[in-house]
Amino acid sequence: MRLLLVLLLLAGPALAVQPDERLADPALEARARALSRELRCIVCQNESIDDSNAPLARDIRVLLRERLAAGDSDTQARAFLVARYGDFVLLRPPVRADTYVLWFGPFALLLLGGGVAFAALRRRRPAPAVPLSAEEQARLDALMREEPK
Amino acid sequence: MRRLLPLVPLALFLGLAGWFAAALLSGRDPRELPSALIDKPAPEFDLPSLAEGRRLSSEALRGQVVVVNFFASWCAPCRVEHPLLLRLARQEKVRVIGIAYKDRPEDSRRFLAELGDPYLATGIDRDGRTGIDFGLYGVPETYVIDKAGHIRRRIVGPVTPAMLDRELLPLLRALERS
Repeated sequence: MRLLLVLLLLAGPALAVQPDERLADPALEARARALSRELRCIVCQNESIDDSNAPLARDIRVLLRERLAAGDSDTQARAFLVARYGDFVLLRPPVRADTYVLWFGPFALLLLGGGVAFAALRRRRPAPAVPLSAEEQARLDALMREEPK
Repeated sequence: MRRLLPLVPLALFLGLAGWFAAALLSGRDPRELPSALIDKPAPEFDLPSLAEGRRLSSEALRGQVVVVNFFASWCAPCRVEHPLLLRLARQEKVRVIGIAYKDRPEDSRRFLAELGDPYLATGIDRDGRTGIDFGLYGVPETYVIDKAGHIRRRIVGPVTPAMLDRELLPLLRALERS
């Protein structure tokens, strides 16, 4: 029972990257892993190729490692895939004039909404207290003097 | 002006709702990606051909309008679109080139023997690298390449009769005339 528990604790998440795909050079392999975590699997669309079990994701992982082994920089390897699949392969879209709305839109909306909320809350601030009239004051004094029953 | 202010959220809501409704009802599949290669030169390839001892290269296609169709014997939607490819090749006299994607050549041959062979030539892309060069992410995929060797249209998934008549044939005729 205890052995089972230990084994369960040792079990990591299932990895999509198969042992035969890995590069012998640990530094190169680490670069490949880092890159593939940032690349979208086009078949599943919400997974990185590092996480995906799709055959195409595997093909691209292998291709990526070949290119790194052949001396491509990270940028070159990324550009190779962008040329074929478009910016959509990048899980982190590039910051460019046509993606400003995507990157900064939420902050602009937050500022706008915050501004509107701030203005509305200011307007709703209670009006300054009107002093009591003599009649009201007299009634209040009478109430205060009353003995508790 | 003051009196209209409370209507602003309603107007915003209606605008958004209209936008979403238009997107939902357009029938467009958001998972379908535009090709990164539209109006760019088609990737070069040089593949062994299904015909023993020959090769199929992008070089040989220069100067003509061609339809390049990626298929595989293991792909069910490919069977669905196959009669349309036959029609395209036999009745409409369009040059259709096949690329067998990650398929065993004997399986591709059996597939074409069984269903008919619409392809002028068929390349064998066993490791799928030519597919990746085209930005392929599933089979079937169909590319229209013009005389200058540029990709003009990509169809993801099976070609449908409506698409063939309304889009593909007019495009092919126009390219042929140019």
